[in-house]
Amino acid sequence: MIAPKPLRADSPRSERSSPGTQLLLRYLQSLPPYRWTQSRLVKWGLTGRSAAVAVPYFWLLLFFLVPFLIVLKIAFSDTQIAMPPYQPLFQWAGEKVLTIKLNLGNFLFLVEDNLYWKAYLNSVKVAAISTVLCLLIGYPMAYAIARADATRRNMLLMMVILPFWTSFLLRVYAWIGLLKTNGLINNFLMWVGVIDQPIVMLQTDFAIYVGIVYSYLPFMILPLYSNLEKLDLTLLEAAADLGCRPFKAFLKVTLPLSKPGIYAGSMLVFIPAVGEFVIPSLLGAPESLMIGKVLWTEFFSNRDWPVASAVAIALLTLLVIPIGFLMHLQNEEARAARR
Amino acid sequence: MNTRIPIFRTASLVLGFAFLYIPILSLVVYSFNKSRLVTVWGGFSTQWYGRLFQNEQILDAAWLSLKIAATTATGATILGTLAGLTLARFGAFKGRALLSGMTTAPLVMPEVITGLSLLLLFVALEQLIGWPQGRGQTTIVIAHITLTMAYVTVIVQSRLSTLDDSLEEAAMDLGARPAKIFFVITLPIIAPALISGWLLAFTISLDDLVITSFVSGPGSSTLPMVIFSKVRLGVSPDINALASIMVLIVTIGVVLAGVMLSRQEKRRQKDMALAAGTSTK
Repeated sequence: MIAPKPLRADSPRSERSSPGTQLLLRYLQSLPPYRWTQSRLVKWGLTGRSAAVAVPYFWLLLFFLVPFLIVLKIAFSDTQIAMPPYQPLFQWAGEKVLTIKLNLGNFLFLVEDNLYWKAYLNSVKVAAISTVLCLLIGYPMAYAIARADATRRNMLLMMVILPFWTSFLLRVYAWIGLLKTNGLINNFLMWVGVIDQPIVMLQTDFAIYVGIVYSYLPFMILPLYSNLEKLDLTLLEAAADLGCRPFKAFLKVTLPLSKPGIYAGSMLVFIPAVGEFVIPSLLGAPESLMIGKVLWTEFFSNRDWPVASAVAIALLTLLVIPIGFLMHLQNEEARAARR
Repeated sequence: MNTRIPIFRTASLVLGFAFLYIPILSLVVYSFNKSRLVTVWGGFSTQWYGRLFQNEQILDAAWLSLKIAATTATGATILGTLAGLTLARFGAFKGRALLSGMTTAPLVMPEVITGLSLLLLFVALEQLIGWPQGRGQTTIVIAHITLTMAYVTVIVQSRLSTLDDSLEEAAMDLGARPAKIFFVITLPIIAPALISGWLLAFTISLDDLVITSFVSGPGSSTLPMVIFSKVRLGVSPDINALASIMVLIVTIGVVLAGVMLSRQEKRRQKDMALAAGTSTK
């Protein structure tokens, strides 16, 4: 046996950079300040590896987690006419006495005013119905793509994703032209002779459902597809061999096995749909109540930041359970993938 | 096999894709309409495209949006790659669950909440340390990076978890330092994922209305904000023209990227097959 070459010293990679740079680098690394700094950094746990963890971590803490705490703080403070339009929560009264003025008024206001309750319930209702509609349209599509030829599958998937790359705002805008009283759908139906008078579709709840289903359909199809694609087809063959009809095999085998995909897709549609603002304000009636729209109005029209924050906190509490459920699903999937 | 089922499958695909594409097609078709009434066909004309390129407000907003989107995509790709690498390769460490949660939550968080909370943070920061002064391009970029880095993280993480780490381990055995391994081995392998992550962050940033409206200041109206204020007043044909241009650019971009990625993937698979063939000899 030949002894292995000492690879570290003369690996071909190190010869690539010019000898001059190599020498300079060696020299710099041998200097005491370099070594001192390096040993300090390592001692404090600051290696390249921990920097790779720390940078995104710090960013998300500062710009994602801390803001929620501020929202919580402002939800408890009083409105005042100034910029920013709220009173400080913590105040130094006299010497070394910190007074904390907790104002529960904003939340009481939300509970007492019927408008907010109605907006909440309506948002949940709209989001839930849209999720079911997405599932009814998305499941057959995901199933068909997963069972298509391997060569065609990628193209079909790309066709599902492509609309997602074009502007969301403009896709919602497209539906205004289709749904208007003198819009394309009404014109077509009247030309065919199905109806004599145009149906009012824009500025109704129907238009909101259409908009949400249209915009969020890819979010339903993709997790369903990735689940259905993994399905072991021999299970269906076994069912068929045992005399099970295809439809019954679907109900007994495919559907139960695709549950994780159904859950993940439903959460991906439901959670953002509850707080949707653009779709109800462009397609829905002006008086339609969705919580995202209410928050927007409180903030931009009424300039009532504390109430807007209280609405945000209430919405977040509503969504904690579905968001937690979604994360649980994703952890399960990651664990299954690692196995 | 029963022939009823393929018919059902084909029908569901045809109807589904019709639902997805007819609205976009109608936008494009009616952008060439002569009539001002968007839904009545008055003959072929390209006048709305001409109008669009004379509209200073839209052009300025588009330029601002492009600048913001490019900065955002670059920042989000760097941060998202670090986060994805951390989650996929560093095993268990203290606070991993929190990091993974913080990268998933922005994906589904209603935008009104994210927008409001970021605005309140910027206001509080300005009171405390005087930065950022006012709101505008900087605050929009920060907000967009926070939103889009989650997408990059997910893409990078899933790409890394499908690759086995034997190449990286081999390099480590040969004495390469972690940073060198990352730049010489890991980065080239995940480059396609980085490109799709960058493009996705770019499009999301270019398209965002809600968060931008919260964190933007006077004089920094992005393209979606201008479109929204116009669309609120009703349908207008020059928006159709704008939409058609954007659809065209996106289609070209996605098709090009798709062709490039699939070609690269094929080459990689060929290399892998070749490597497997030589090693078994």
